[in-house]
Order: sequence, then structure tokens, then C-alpha cells
Amino acid sequence: MPVTGTGRTSRIIRWIDYRLPFVAMMEHELHEYPTPRNLNYWWNFGSLAGIVLVIMIVSGIVLAMHYTPESTMAFDSVERIMRDVNYGWLLRYIHMNGASMFFVIVYIHIFRGLYYGSYKYPRELLWMLGVVILLLMMATAFMGYVLPWGQMSYWGATVITNLFSAIPIFGQKIVTLLWGGFTVANPTLNRFFSLHYLLPFVIVAVVGLHLVALHQHGSNNPLGIDHHGPQDSIPFHPYYTIKDLFGLTVFLLIFSVFVFFLPNALGDPQNYIPANPLQTPPDIVPEWYFLPFYAILRSMTFNVLGIPSKLIGVTLMFSSLLLLFVLPWLDTSRVRSATFRPIYKKIFWLLVIDVFALGYVGAHPPAGSIVIVGQIATFYYFFHFLILIPLVGKIERPRPLPTSIGAAVLGPSAATAAGND
Amino acid sequence: MARSFSAPIAAGLLALAPGLALAQEAPPPPHQQWSFEGVLGTYDEAALQRGFQVYQSVCSACHALKHLAYRDLAELGYSDDQVKGIAAQAQVTDGPNDQGQMYQRPGKPSDMFVAPFPNDQAARVANNGALPVDLSMVVKARDGGPDYVYALIGLGFKDAPAGVTMQPNTYYNEYFPGHQIGMPPPLTTDGQVPYADGTKATVPQMAHDVTTFLAWASEPNLNERHRMGAKVVLFLLVAAGIFYAAKRRIWAKIH
Repeated sequence: MPVTGTGRTSRIIRWIDYRLPFVAMMEHELHEYPTPRNLNYWWNFGSLAGIVLVIMIVSGIVLAMHYTPESTMAFDSVERIMRDVNYGWLLRYIHMNGASMFFVIVYIHIFRGLYYGSYKYPRELLWMLGVVILLLMMATAFMGYVLPWGQMSYWGATVITNLFSAIPIFGQKIVTLLWGGFTVANPTLNRFFSLHYLLPFVIVAVVGLHLVALHQHGSNNPLGIDHHGPQDSIPFHPYYTIKDLFGLTVFLLIFSVFVFFLPNALGDPQNYIPANPLQTPPDIVPEWYFLPFYAILRSMTFNVLGIPSKLIGVTLMFSSLLLLFVLPWLDTSRVRSATFRPIYKKIFWLLVIDVFALGYVGAHPPAGSIVIVGQIATFYYFFHFLILIPLVGKIERPRPLPTSIGAAVLGPSAATAAGND
Repeated sequence: MARSFSAPIAAGLLALAPGLALAQEAPPPPHQQWSFEGVLGTYDEAALQRGFQVYQSVCSACHALKHLAYRDLAELGYSDDQVKGIAAQAQVTDGPNDQGQMYQRPGKPSDMFVAPFPNDQAARVANNGALPVDLSMVVKARDGGPDYVYALIGLGFKDAPAGVTMQPNTYYNEYFPGHQIGMPPPLTTDGQVPYADGTKATVPQMAHDVTTFLAWASEPNLNERHRMGAKVVLFLLVAAGIFYAAKRRIWAKIH
């Protein structure tokens, strides 16, 4: 929609748009970009993730103005932010809990994609870019957790960086490179701070690509069928702007409850003890959002064919994420939405339970039945993606798909009427 | 070099090794009533002042509060003059002066709390090798928070059960992980701290008050945080209602 009107503002906008079509692009995205009319609230989480990314970057930039990335001063500088910087406690609690909120949102967003088959043709690259964002988020969150230089920061960094020593031949060199020395120390903190500041902007760039890929074919929808005509879609604005705004407010409510009333509920008390290289905490536990992967890592308690269990554990952990890259080709079903896939719907929920079980296992010391449960849950995770997903697509008989989104949502008569508009 | 190379790796591997986390089981501390609990909880000012008195006359002999400044005590309800008086009781090392010498002077409100020992080694030597922890974060840094701190100092010290061999210079404490703590029971007799406000200084009362004070030391912004949180949540509730109504209205056109 070209900008019309003869006022001064319109003329300025036209002058700019002729050279840099920014306003025209926004007009297109908001008013003309057709969005399926049947998106449910699970589709709020994409825009929410984007907003939380901005919240994290803004709060993080201000925190960095007060933080000292030096191993003898880092812990105290964070405490100074908490006590002496104006609203420093608010900034830090927003940033700290914001990380957890970001993962909650992104995990829901990913499971939404799994349930409604959003990763399938023609959105494979959109999905893969999402997996890249997840990996970048994990690296960023891990390095951010090291910065306060508490006990869990230090020992978490020690355990996780040591994972790379499992890599044959180059492992030890990689670990030394990550540390900037022969142990987790000041150089480690310095480089983690630098990368923790850098990676969010890389995430912003990949989010940009994610959006370009999204707008190429538009959003998937709960029915998982393509648009067939104007009766199937509505403009993004005002319908989804207001729906996203309402969802954002509900999210901010939940976020505020954590920031103001439960700021340390998701953290480990050990991280309020300054890092001490001479004293290992009784239990080294990562942040909650890494627990399922931590459980997969620890599930290998035995060597296989002379391959050390540690190497297998590390490989399994990274594979559990990298697997998502090839999911679009593992899935043999062409039907997207689980609504029409009776068997897939069941195994989807089994996967959800499995991931929660892995999270539970990751949070507890690996002893007794916890080990067995962890191994079964790890096995099932891979079984789901490598065996069940290809198999179910072949043997399952999907329910008949509706002819159009409009017909399914409004009933056949209304759809025809709308279509005649 | 080989040694420094392998130590952290071994530590990392140990952390991964299953079944290593040695459970030094201590019972969960019983829950106490705290004025600062709950959504609208705030610190009880009188308890904070009494707790500060307990810290000053008992804990401060060994434990530092390095993240606090004397000026912070104004938040306990002390007047500026009272804060100046409390600060002046401490001797602060300042300098160098124009002769290049360090010198002692009375504390000012802007000074950080003076630690009882000049360094960790001095603290260990004076305490049979045990290092008294800094108390500024202790309530936040322990599982169980204030309940744990209260249980440790107010309930936990007991005679060692038969069959438990105590290490030299340790005391049996039910709630301390491993049960052998280097700290002697700090609160032993009623009236140990003469309370300025006339409250009867029983051991549970002193333990409760000093825990309240230490909770404040860990989280001095709690009152403001709770106040602001209530406003933010109310605002967002109203906003959510308005946006929901707007959403219904806008979507009504296409249903």
C-alpha cells in the first residue's frame, strides 16, 4: 500500500521510501502480509521470544556498564550492582530470570513446531535457523552464567568446558583454548564475557533470517494446511498485533512474579558463594534449562567397544540437539498437524513426558534408580526421533484434512460467503 | 605443568562420575515465621535493630559483613547520628597520608564494615584452622535460607550422638552438612545480648532476630522490591483485562 496524502509528513515518507523502502515494507508486513485466521495462542511464543531477546539485550547492556569481568572483582561487582547501583537489583533480576523465561518460551515454541509439523516442507530452513538460534542461546546462557563468578559459575564452567576434552586428538587443545590457560581462570572469564556480549547480536542476525524465511511462506497454522484464498487469512494488524499484545501482558505478569517475588527461585544458592577453585560443591547442577541435556550426557555409565563412556555421553548430548536439524527429513508423513495424526499425537506427548523425565534425572545426583531412568529416557529420546518418527509416518493413516482453513473455522457456508467477498 | 593440567580435568571428570555426590544428610530445617515472607512481607525494623545488636556483640568477633557499609544501617531505622556513632566505634585503616604512612581513624558512614581479621589466614589461625564465612550473603547462599541459618545457630547444637567421633575443635550440629562445625555455639545463655528495646533476649529470640538481620544483609532491597512488584502486577492485571477486551472486540468482526 503506497503512502498517499499530500501533507508534509507524507511527502517526507515518500521521499525516503523511494530511496529506502522501509515504511512500505512495514506496511506490507502489517497490513498485507496474510496470516492464517486460525492461529491459536501457541503462536504467540515466536513474537514473545523476540521481545524477550530485546529485554535481555537492553538489560544486559546496562549491566555491562557496571560489571567488572575480572576474576577477583566479578563477584563483588555483581553484588555492588545489587546493592549500590540505582535499580541495579531490578536490572539483574530481570536479566537473570529473563534467561529462564527465554528458554521457557523457546521450548514451548519448539514443541509447538513439533506438534503442528511446522518444520515440514516448505519451512525446513525456517526450522533449521531456529535450531541455530537455540544453539546460540545455549552458548550465550552458559557463558552468562559464568560471569557472576560464584561457585556454580566456576564449577559449571569447569565441567562443561571439560566436555570438549573427550574429543579425540584435539580435545585437550580445544579445552586449553577455551580456558585461555590450563584451568578455568581470569582469561576464561574475560573471553566468556566478550562472547556473551557478542553472541546475542549474532542471535539477532539469525532471528532476522528466521523472519525472512517465515515471511516467504507465512506462518503454519493449527490445521497444518496451506492457504487457498482470501477466506483463509486475515491481515496481521490489527488481529494478531492485539492478540500478541494480550499474550505479552500475560507473559509480563508471570515474569514480574518471578522478578519481584521469587527472584532466586530458579537459581542455585551456591552461586551466591564466591568461586573457590579449591572447594568443589557437593553437587554440580546446571541451570534448569540444561537439565535434560545434562541427563543425556550422564546417561552413559559404561564404555562401548572400547570407546570411553565420556566420549559417547558428549556425542549423545550434542546429537540430541543436532538431530533437530535433520528432523524435516526424518519425518515421513506429509501431514503437518498432529490434529490429523492419531498416532503421532500420542508419541508427541510421550516425548514431552520423556523430556520432563530427563529434566528430573538431570536435577538429581546420579545414583540408584535415577541412573536407570536416565538411561531409559535417553534411549527413548533417540528412539522417538530416529525410529518412531520415520515409522509412524509410514504406518499411520491420517484423518481427512479439511479443504480450507476458512471452511474448517467458519463452516462451509460462511467460507463460501467470505470467499465471495 | 602436567599437574596443573590434569587437576581441573580430574575435577571435571569427578563431577561427571555417577554416584559421587556424597550425601551428608542433614534434616531439612523446620520452617519459621518471618516478617519478610510472602508477597507483601517486609523486614520488621525492631527485629532488624535487635539482630544487628546480636551481630555486633556476638558474630562480629569472627564474621565479616564485607558487602555492607555503615550507611546501609539507616535502612534499619537508625538516625543519621546513630549511624555516625555506630561507624565511629570501628577503627578503619586509611591512607597513605602525605608522609606515606597508613593510619587508623574512626569509621565514617561511607566506610564498609570493618572485618574482624585482616585476611583469611589470620582468621584461620585465630579459629583453629576454620575460616568464619562472610555473612553478607549467607541467608541467600544456603539451601533453606533463613530457616537453615536459624536452625543452625538456634536449634542445631547438641551433644554428639554415641558412636560419632568428632574431629578436634569441632562441635556437633544437627543441621550442618557433615554435622561437625568449627564454630562453637554462638548463642548460649538467655540475656547474652542486652537488648536496647527491652525485649527478653532468649536464645530463640536472638537467633530469630539475627537471622532477620542477616536476611536483610543478603537482600537489602526486599521491601522496595515487594512494594514495586505489587504495583507492577496490579498494573499488568488491568492492562491484560483491557487488552483482552480489545482483542475480543477486534476479533468479533471476523467471527
